[in-house]
Amino acid sequence: MVRDITFGQYYPGSSAVHKMDARMKFVLTFGMIVCIFVCRNFFSLGLMVLFTSAAVAVSRIPLKMILKSIKPVAVILIFTGILNIFYTKGGETWFSFWKISVTEKGVYTAVFTMIRIIVLVIISSLLTYTTTPTMLTDALERLLSPLKVFHIKVHTLAMMMTLALRFIPTLIEEIERIMNAQKARGADLESGGLIRRAKALIPVFVPLMVSSFRRAYELAFAMTCRCYTGGDGRTRMKQMKLGLRDFIALTVCLAVLAGIITLNHFFPKVI
Amino acid sequence: MAEKLIELKNVTYVYEADEEGEPGYAAVKDVSLDIHKGEFAVILGHNGSGKSTLAKLMNAIYEPSEGTVTVKGIPSDSEENGDKIRRIVGMVFQNPDNQIVATIVEDDVAFGPENLGVEPSEIRRRVDEALKTVGMYEHREREPHKLSGGQKQRVAIAGVLAMQTECIILDEPTAMLDPVGREEVINTIRRLNKEMGITVVLITHFMEEAVLADRVIVFDGGRCIAEGTPREIFSQPGFLIDHGLDIPQSAQLSNALGFEECALTPEECVDKITEMMGGAKND
Ligand SMILES: Nc1ncnc2c1ncn2[C@@H]1O[C@H](COP(=O)(O)OP(=O)(O)OP(=O)(O)O)[C@@H](O)[C@H]1O
Ligand SMILES: [Mg+2]
Repeated sequence: MVRDITFGQYYPGSSAVHKMDARMKFVLTFGMIVCIFVCRNFFSLGLMVLFTSAAVAVSRIPLKMILKSIKPVAVILIFTGILNIFYTKGGETWFSFWKISVTEKGVYTAVFTMIRIIVLVIISSLLTYTTTPTMLTDALERLLSPLKVFHIKVHTLAMMMTLALRFIPTLIEEIERIMNAQKARGADLESGGLIRRAKALIPVFVPLMVSSFRRAYELAFAMTCRCYTGGDGRTRMKQMKLGLRDFIALTVCLAVLAGIITLNHFFPKVI
Repeated sequence: MAEKLIELKNVTYVYEADEEGEPGYAAVKDVSLDIHKGEFAVILGHNGSGKSTLAKLMNAIYEPSEGTVTVKGIPSDSEENGDKIRRIVGMVFQNPDNQIVATIVEDDVAFGPENLGVEPSEIRRRVDEALKTVGMYEHREREPHKLSGGQKQRVAIAGVLAMQTECIILDEPTAMLDPVGREEVINTIRRLNKEMGITVVLITHFMEEAVLADRVIVFDGGRCIAEGTPREIFSQPGFLIDHGLDIPQSAQLSNALGFEECALTPEECVDKITEMMGGAKND
């Protein structure tokens, strides 16, 4: 069940997107997310959708994986859709019943927002699908390295992120194990009201905390044994180098941005 | 005798008590022991006899409370020396889950050499070689949490191999594995010792693994109580049982049958019994 989360999951491959410099991917992903919010009408948003589809095609990530990444936000998606339909008023009224009315503007806004969310999710999961978490945190470490001037321990932060990503699946397995162990002892974790259920989780979380501390302790030993002494003097197996591919990607993204601004300018805005 | 790699002289290690004023707990008491270059040593002892503590003393994670630990002449008395020692003596722990740091197999194997500041191209070479040695090369791009226990443990071994340490200490690396996983790991360890000449110190509960060693060291109550070849050690069943240990079935049988020299493997056992019955060796 919970083990199916796709967050931070890498999908091995050798496409151009996989081979891009992680730093460039990081910056461009961030930039394109901003672009989503620059879009003001269906034409510019359409360009964004086109770009995203092209990126997915180039990355050769199967459609199934893309759909899987949208699944967790389905509830949010439906919720925003409904909220927008009923609360945004304006333009022609298409349907009206009692206090509820559906207007032209409501529907447009709802559709627009939903497409925005979907594109946002796809773009960000494209980053995690095509980049290993190690590369991702490495890229982050390098991008943030100017912050060292302010005595921020960038390497430590990046290492913490790597370890967190590494241990998420392990801890999820552990939670399942503890829950089963408590159920075997007669714990009732699935019935009763909210408070009762919250209380029933205490015997799950206390052992989880204890075992996590034990793990952390052992992990620290293991890292010391492998001569980890912090970020100084470390080298990397996978070097990062900006190549032609990265600059082409940058150019494409800038062109998309220019296109969006132009289309925003020439067509009436929806939002 | 071969060159000494790790030397322990009258080593005592005391775990500090949680509360101030209370006495600490001496987990290792006055131990003097040498590990020689190129040997395959096994340390036996029941739960709480101080084996893991000893292992941590040998690669300078702990500094001895009394006595000295020296590795190739470097005493483990400072952080700096500790770091030098850990470049010579690597360690693999019991639980593979808690020693894998990266989310991709090859990135994890690269972690050690990266910390040592090795050149990127050289790291790549070492990682590929180490993964091939432990037979995990095809799995190099997979996520560790999707591997079996034995596979994870072999990745952990590859992680130490890639650091190219002269000695590897393994603290019950097979304790969490099923028989198949155990065999995979033990075969890998033997190959490292025999083919690559790496000094191996194996801590284990499994007597079948101890039989493979050049030397067996028996621990009880934080003291080293016996030391010798597997044949010498397993010829004294009463002694081992008194100290809470088991003996391999073959040795048990040969002791019960009163053989002069105890058999260590089922095959040896068969040969000896055939001989005793006066039958010809079957071919
Ligand atoms: N961090 C600690 N603090 C206090 N006492 C400890 C600590 N770790 C171990 N001990 C104690 O030291 C003794 C030896 O422990 P050690 O872990 O070395 O035993 P072991 O031989 O490895 O046992 P096992 O076979 O169970 O792994 C035990 O009695 C244990 O209770
Ligand atoms: Mg132990």
